[in-house]
Amino acid sequence: MVGFVIVSHSEKLAEGVTDLTKMMAEDVPIAAAGGLPEGGFGTSFERIFDAVNSVYSDDGVIILMDMGSAVMTAEMVIEAMDGMKVVMADCPLVEGAVTATCDADSGMSLEEIMEDLSEVASQKKF
Amino acid sequence: MVNQDKVLEIMVKIGEKIEEDKLFLTELDNVIGDGDHGINMARGFGDFISKVPDLQGKDIGAILKAAGMSLTMKVGGASGPLYGTAYLQAGKTAGDKTEIGIEDFIQILEAAIEGVKMRGKAVTGEKTMLDAMVPALDAIKEEYDASKDAKKALEAGLAAAKEGVEYTKTIIATKGRASYLGERSIGHQDPGATSFTEMLQVICENV
Repeated sequence: MVGFVIVSHSEKLAEGVTDLTKMMAEDVPIAAAGGLPEGGFGTSFERIFDAVNSVYSDDGVIILMDMGSAVMTAEMVIEAMDGMKVVMADCPLVEGAVTATCDADSGMSLEEIMEDLSEVASQKKF
Repeated sequence: MVNQDKVLEIMVKIGEKIEEDKLFLTELDNVIGDGDHGINMARGFGDFISKVPDLQGKDIGAILKAAGMSLTMKVGGASGPLYGTAYLQAGKTAGDKTEIGIEDFIQILEAAIEGVKMRGKAVTGEKTMLDAMVPALDAIKEEYDASKDAKKALEAGLAAAKEGVEYTKTIIATKGRASYLGERSIGHQDPGATSFTEMLQVICENV
């Protein structure tokens, strides 16, 4: 099954989004990588790296993140994981995480989930 | 020419300068960003300085790459991947050299700038560190072509970087956290352009 990493500047936000996905997709491997190891807001290369490894399988890992350094640091982690199947998705964090984990739970591949995620940004809430 | 020992010494001095000015840089970032620039950069350079004993006698590429790794791993804000990539690219360009001159420095700075552009998907005029880096590089090249004087070239670069910082006060941020402020970002200088200018100042004062 595809695994997921939620990257945020906020540790609480990353954990909150991770918890939220459990409501509908309890068995999907997902790890939070939020905040800095020494506390405070920020994105940590080591936390993201370790989180990807903790949910990694041959099916791959999709990283979802908030903005700025979360995007750039995730990008650097992916570059450091040469040869591993790790990608990042450009989509709203909460809606994307719920959509993607439900997709994974239903057995969709990384490629199929990425396709689905590309449409999440254009979905209207009302 | 500047040898590897001098490069290491300058890198440590850059780290000390950032540590000294961390509250100032953070204050600049408080106004238009998320208020972590100075403290984050100081944490990254602090990690680099702790590795200095292992870097004695290493080639210039290894020294710059070590700085890039420390900044990537320890900063935690956007300046981490940006300066991290800049120093990693600079290190790749310096390679196994144990001595560099102004022409090498120009190539190293060019590589650093390309790294920032690639990582940040940014160009000049967006109120970022590039608004100090790019004019500095251009001025260094221009002055060196004209006078063949390395010291003068670096000084011209520093003057251009300072002008670049002033220029960032006049424009709207369209990249990074400051872009959320739109027009409210006008009137404030960019923290990244400022920290780059501080780095170049340390280089100027020490070669």
